[in-house]
Order: sequence, then C-alpha cells, then structure tokens
Amino acid sequence: MTENKLAQRNYYGKALADLARNNPSVVVLDADLADSTKTSEFKKIAPERFIEVGIAEQNMIGTASGLAASGKTVFASTFAVFASGRCWEQIRLAVAYPKLNVKIVATHCGISVGEDGASHQALEDIALMRALPNMTVISPADAYEAYAATMAISDFDGPVYMRMGRSEFPTVTDEGSEFVIGRASVLREGDDVTLVGTGQMVALCMEAASILLEEGIDAEVVNMSTIKPLDTGTLGASMEKTGCLVTAEEHSIIGGLGSAVAEFASGEMPMPLEMVGTKDTFGESGTPDQLLEKYGLTSKDIAEAAKRSLERKRKLRA
Amino acid sequence: MDYTIEELEKKANLLRLDVIEATSEARSGHPGGSLSSADLMAALYFRVIRHDPANPQWEDRDRFILSKGHAAPILYSALAESGYFPREDLMTLRKIGSNLQGHPVRGKVPGVEMSTGSLGQGLSMACGIALAGKLDSKDYKTFCLLGDGELQSGQNWEAAMLAHHYHLNNLIAFVDRNRLQITGSTECTMSLDPLPDKWKAFGWNVIIINGHSMIQILEACSKAKQSETNPTVIILDTVKGKGVSFMENNCEFHGKACKIEERDRATEELVCRI
Repeated sequence: MTENKLAQRNYYGKALADLARNNPSVVVLDADLADSTKTSEFKKIAPERFIEVGIAEQNMIGTASGLAASGKTVFASTFAVFASGRCWEQIRLAVAYPKLNVKIVATHCGISVGEDGASHQALEDIALMRALPNMTVISPADAYEAYAATMAISDFDGPVYMRMGRSEFPTVTDEGSEFVIGRASVLREGDDVTLVGTGQMVALCMEAASILLEEGIDAEVVNMSTIKPLDTGTLGASMEKTGCLVTAEEHSIIGGLGSAVAEFASGEMPMPLEMVGTKDTFGESGTPDQLLEKYGLTSKDIAEAAKRSLERKRKLRA
Repeated sequence: MDYTIEELEKKANLLRLDVIEATSEARSGHPGGSLSSADLMAALYFRVIRHDPANPQWEDRDRFILSKGHAAPILYSALAESGYFPREDLMTLRKIGSNLQGHPVRGKVPGVEMSTGSLGQGLSMACGIALAGKLDSKDYKTFCLLGDGELQSGQNWEAAMLAHHYHLNNLIAFVDRNRLQITGSTECTMSLDPLPDKWKAFGWNVIIINGHSMIQILEACSKAKQSETNPTVIILDTVKGKGVSFMENNCEFHGKACKIEERDRATEELVCRI
C-alpha cells in the first residue's frame, strides 16, 4: 500500500454523487455548509433532492425525520460540533427514538479542524451520539473507508451518526474494500499490545506500531471504524492475544472510543488499558499538526501509551 | 360517513369525556390542552382528514402531527373513536406496558405518525413530510397542531421559514391559542402577541377563528386546503379546559388529572352534550 493523503469529506461527496445517480430514495439536507461538507456534489446531480435548510440545525433534523417517515433515505450534514451538539435532543426524539432512516454525517470532527478553534472542534460528539439508544456510530479510518461506509449506511435502515475529518490524512485501507457496519478490522497483527484506533488515529496507530517495532515491541492494530455497536469479537480476540491495549481517538477520553472499549473490557476482560485522546479539555486555534502534538495525539503519544500499558501488564504478570 | 355539524359537536364532547376518564384513571396527564383542542380534533378526524383507520400506512393518507404532544389523550381518543384501535385501550393511558405512552410514540399506536412530546419539534417534522409529498407528487396534506406556549421555542420559526421558502402549500398548521401555559398566562410568561403578525411576517397565510365553532373550523380548513403557494396557519381562539365549567381557563388542569369527584362532575356536564 502506498501512502496517499486524502480528505474524507471529498470521498463522502463522491459517494453522495453516486447515490444521486443510483438511489432515487436518497434526499440530502445541509445547513449552509454544502461546499465544506461536500454535499454540494449531490446537489450538482440531483438538485431537486437536495434541501438547503439554512443555518438551522434543529429544524434540519426534524425535517429529516419527516422525510424519513415518508420513505426517504435521508442524509443530513453539517460540522460535527453542530450535528451532534446543537440538535442533540432533536436527534433523540425525532430520529433515534422512532428509529428513523436518517444518516447524520458530520464533517470537521476533532481537533484537526485547526485554526477555527475550540468552537468548531468536536471532541464530545462520539460520547453524545453513543449514549443514544438505536444509534449506530461510525468513524471511518480514511477517505476510502468514508466512501465505502457512506454506501453501506445508505443500504442500512436506521439512524446512523458518522463523523469525518476536515483535512487530508494518510489512507490505511484499500480503495474499493467492502465496509461492514459493526465489523472492526485488524490492519497489523502483533502479539505484545493491541492499539485500537478510530478515524485518522488509525493511521497514527500504524505509525506507532512502526516506532514500537524499532524497540522490539510487536503491536497489533485494530481499526474500530464502527464505535457502536462495538465489534467485541474482533476486539476480544486481539485482547486475549496481547493482554494489554491502547485506545486512540481524536475525541475526549470521556465517553468516546476509550470509554466504549473500557465498558467492554471491565466487564469481560479486565486488563491494562491506556487511552489516547483529549483529556477533559477544549481545543484552540493552531495548525492540525501543532494541535495534535500539543494535545497528545501523535503516533509518539500512542507508542508511549503502549509502553505504559505493556509495563502494567508485566507488573501484573510478575 | 358524513357527520352533520351537530354530530361533530357531539363527537367533540365524546372525545372530551374520553380525555377526562383516561387521565383520571391514569391519575396524571394533561386534560386542559386536550379539551381546548377537542373541537378541532373532532373536525379533523371525522370530516377533514383523508384517512383509512383500517389501513394506517395508506400512502395517500393525510398526515396529522401532534406537536403539542402532551395533548396525547385527545389524539388517542380521536384515533380510538375513528377505529384505529379498541376504545377499551384508552383506559391503559400512561400505565406500564401500555402503547398509550404519556406522549405519542410513532410505531406504538396505529395512526400516530411521529413521536412528539418535547415541545417545538412537530412543525419541523411536518415540513419533512410535506416536502416528501412534493417530491413524490402526492396530493396528501400535512396537518400539525401546535400549542401556543410552544411557539416560544425557536425551532418553530426555523420550520416556519422553511415551509414558506419551499412553498409548502400542502402544510396546514393549527395553533391552539388558549393563552395558558403551565406557569400561567402565555403573555405573562413570554408574550406571543402579536401572534398573527409573526406568522404573516414569515410568509404564511393566517386565518383566525373561534376554535370552538365547528362551522368556522370546517370553513378554515377548506380554505387552507385551497392555498396555491404558501403554507397556512389557522389560529384557533380557544379556552383551556373547554367543556367542563370548573376546568375552563384554569391552568391548574394543564398537567393535572381530575380526582374522582371532579371526574364525576365533569362527566355529568359532558354526557348530556353527547
């Protein structure tokens, strides 16, 4: 696999364009951010099925629910901080509770949004969406997976929240790979420690595995692209093999992937777990790389966490 | 079956009686705002709305969304009296295991189109349904009943803007303007007047009627259905608790059921008008 840097939202746009051509039941809503979320690609092909709602996210969700109740497959997009936060209770009542076929696809997740600062950096959206009954939560690892996941959720009947990044980052999957909702994949096999990543942190987990290998540590990398329902089969098998793990997410460690893994581990398979994510804090303005570094979200941070996790395992076994 | 005006008025009182009995049996619920909308609900379910209780999923049915979801008892009553489910079920309101939840839930009760109860959301849902009707070139109408208090919520006005922008002339909203909310007068809590001007400013056709006049309700609905470009709102001047003397204009009964002796007094007042 050659390294290739691509933005997920561009591949979301490509997928929507294909859906515009091939799936007449798809309707797309956006709240004045179509050029940024790339729903504009759908609008170019099927303008009659593109509904601009203006800067009114709560109404977007209610309108989406009404369309879904009338048989439409509805995609509603805006930035992650608005998509999950501004209209959380509308999603709860109008979408999640009645299990309506609405896909809330949010771009600009995480701290790598960059210069716009904390107001625009969603670090709590996984937690907010994961807490809702009936909600499926997806966070693709790269642009190719963003495309495949978009196609997969268009065929799935029910509420979905999918988060994607703003900027370009390395791909870790192959273009054209199948995406199965609720199925994690092992991208690198190893015996010493499991690195569970989601979103662009999967690429950083792969980098961390290379760093660790130089120190003689053989890490397994799991791409947890569906956070809910959690693929406890793949996760549990890896945990059983390695006996310690690290979670990595561009999200708060409160309520996100780390919490989801901890909920499983504490009940089924207690073992050393280190979480890489933001530590109960808001972000700030800066370049994506500066912010990832400042907030402890680099491959080096993942490698360090892996060593801590391994050390705890050794102590337990001593 | 075509009911006469007098029969529709009697139906409204039958619905009121159901509300009193069901909420009293449940020992909780919201009778006040259910009673104020009883005349409208009778008009809609027994005359205005195109529906088939034997086929609740009929594609061409008119849709009704109860945005003021706390008035669930009056919706349940209208649905039961229409034949969507047995009348006996009404007495299970709010009880454990019942489909008749405190606020309406889509999928639990035939005829309930959307889940509501958190105020301010129904008009957005109705917009989505009306948009789908346009996309699919269907001629069904979407009706949405709003409380006046809930218009304090901004989402309604986002929806009002959208309905005008997309020329949703197939959308008809009703405002149950009983001027009371749980704290007291709407105008003391957070003033809504001049309410018709607000809707006009958002580009809607506005019709103001006496919400307890069956003739006016029917005429207004018929006019609203003829709209060629804009959505229509019918503001119903109503009395909270209408039909039971001691409940009228008494906001104590917004969210409180009748005790047994009150239920008996209310029943006595209503049965002679059925």
